[in-house]
Amino acid sequence: MTEQQYIDLFETYREEIDRNSSDGFNKERQDAFETFGKIGFPTSKLEDYKHSNIARAFDTELGLNLRNIPIPVNPYDAFKCDVPNLSTFVYFLINERYYRKAQNPNSLPDGVFAGSMIDFSQQRPDIFNKYYARIADYSQNGVTAYNTMFAQDGFVLYVPENVVVEKPLQLINILRGGVDLNVNRRLLVIAEKNAQVKLLICDHTVDDVQFVVTQVTEIVAQEGAQVDFYELEENSEKVTRLSSLYAEQKENSCLVTSSITLHNGYTRNNYHFRLLGRYAEAHIGGLAICDKEQHVDNFAFIDHAVPHCTSNELFKYALQEKSTGVFCGKILVEKGAQKTQAYQNNRNLSTSSDAHMYSKPQLEIYADDVKCSHGLTTGQLDEEALFYLQARGIPEAEARMLLMVAFTKDVIDLVRIDTLRERLEYLVNKRFRGELLRCGNCNVADKKWI
Amino acid sequence: MFQIRFFNRLNMSNLLQIKNLHAIVEGKEILKGIDLEVNKGEIHAIMGPNGSGKSTLASVLVGNPKFEVTRGSIIFNGKDMLDMSPEDRAREGLFLSFQYPVEIPGVSMVNFMRAAVNEQRKYRGEEPISANDFLKLMRGKRELLGMDSQLVSRSVNEGFSGGEKKRNEIFQMAMLNPLLSILDETDSGLDIDALRIVAAGVNKLHTPDNATIVITHYQRLLDYIQPDVVHVLYKGKIIKTDGPELALELEKKGYDWLINP
Repeated sequence: MTEQQYIDLFETYREEIDRNSSDGFNKERQDAFETFGKIGFPTSKLEDYKHSNIARAFDTELGLNLRNIPIPVNPYDAFKCDVPNLSTFVYFLINERYYRKAQNPNSLPDGVFAGSMIDFSQQRPDIFNKYYARIADYSQNGVTAYNTMFAQDGFVLYVPENVVVEKPLQLINILRGGVDLNVNRRLLVIAEKNAQVKLLICDHTVDDVQFVVTQVTEIVAQEGAQVDFYELEENSEKVTRLSSLYAEQKENSCLVTSSITLHNGYTRNNYHFRLLGRYAEAHIGGLAICDKEQHVDNFAFIDHAVPHCTSNELFKYALQEKSTGVFCGKILVEKGAQKTQAYQNNRNLSTSSDAHMYSKPQLEIYADDVKCSHGLTTGQLDEEALFYLQARGIPEAEARMLLMVAFTKDVIDLVRIDTLRERLEYLVNKRFRGELLRCGNCNVADKKWI
Repeated sequence: MFQIRFFNRLNMSNLLQIKNLHAIVEGKEILKGIDLEVNKGEIHAIMGPNGSGKSTLASVLVGNPKFEVTRGSIIFNGKDMLDMSPEDRAREGLFLSFQYPVEIPGVSMVNFMRAAVNEQRKYRGEEPISANDFLKLMRGKRELLGMDSQLVSRSVNEGFSGGEKKRNEIFQMAMLNPLLSILDETDSGLDIDALRIVAAGVNKLHTPDNATIVITHYQRLLDYIQPDVVHVLYKGKIIKTDGPELALELEKKGYDWLINP
């Protein structure tokens, strides 16, 4: 059994795990451990994991840096990214650990915390304990339980009531290691009442070893809060990324997320959105550009628990060569959640007969006065559009490129930071042209996007 | 009258020469032996009842891959077109104003036109156009066609009305300055004001060095764009060629007298 070695590991090193973390994390371990022992990793026998066998990713020799042995890396060197604009707030996680030497000369507004999760759990245990492992319910999800068992550090962004953080923040996740590694990363974003914040997270791989990464993100948007949460994955093909994002939204809050898989190995992104206050809005974008044997599986669950909420999902996949795309979109409109507006769109482009797309919309609606829709298409480039461009003198290959970039436009348009949107357009263009093979640099940070 | 004009033009340099052109689509022969010559400075009108092959001829000329040429030849500006890709034909100076312009969400008019203009320049061994010159060019041509500046900042044809789409075709024609323009039912879907503007644009772009083929059902467009030669296409063949008065006669008498003489 795949799980046994991790169960043994946990029992053997329990003390060291605790010692290299904080009470806030440690108090959740026992429960998570018991849950994991019961449910284990999801396998493709489960309907929701039909096309992604998660257990298999762990069925190999993986190291865990439980003792927090320092990993020699200077992210500023590793990325040749000299933080071009000093007003940018850039933070790093080296594997699961917060990088304490990040240079951010400008200070954030009063009361805003951006930094190590260990620090936050010690400085603000009242807030930490209220949310940590509370938003991310691990009772149903073996990977989240596993992450909660082993999680030792991560990144917290906390914005107090009525505080608006004007400049976007950037967190760069760096995977670094000399041996095959399992990394268990944790993120927590809390926007109190009427707070506003924008966060971009970039995933990068520095070393050519196998990484199996679990990432659990908890986002809370209190009444009237506005949170923008963008993720850009540019990992190597040897990375398995298992991300689970859990968000809770209160009245009048707005959450915009967009997750762009520009380069990856094997990716599973779970989204659990719970709309718990009236007039809450969630806009969820996803874009995957895959070739070779890359695999991207996005699973989105949106729970409309109360009336008058809006959710809008747009997931797009551009699949080339032997890549695989999976999308499952579940929308639950609970009894009494009248006037719900829930829209789901999944559009896929396949330019190869060896590529596979599996898509499944699932709508469960228990209220009778709602507007819900879903749309799903998988197809090839529009031949008529292609000919139209050619008829104006644009060579076929270039015309195809224009159309593929155009295909991604509406997802990128969901991003509410102008400079980032432009940067993404540029990166997508490069990606389709095969000029973005492996990422030594942070492609966002090396250009002024703030 | 027609005779005199016709002979006057005999010595002019030939731009397009179509000989015995046969083409099929989905196994069905649509063009059954077309012969057509167009000289520089001329405007030709091709008329004919529905299904006679007018649009097929236009598509075949610009290399639409849906159609297969089975016999005959197309020589344009001294070059054999049948061996050329659609993009090369365009860069040689062929232009089709589409009957049904395609909407291309996500590709902005600006990027589209810049790519097209620069590809044409590259083909001729010229440097890419500067940003400034390009914007000037866009503005000039847009004004020529009386186009709203909003339209060129949008995606190609996306959400354009029928009239806007047709105007956009002529705008692209103005941007690319082709040697031979084929207007495939550019008048359909246009109200009278839009028709005047589009026709005025086409007339302004007309020079002694280029030529235009106007495909239309109705005499109406020919009141504004006056052809030198009118052809009637029927069942994949040109059954009559004459001066501009032929269009007026067709308007009065229909096609029946030609089809069943």
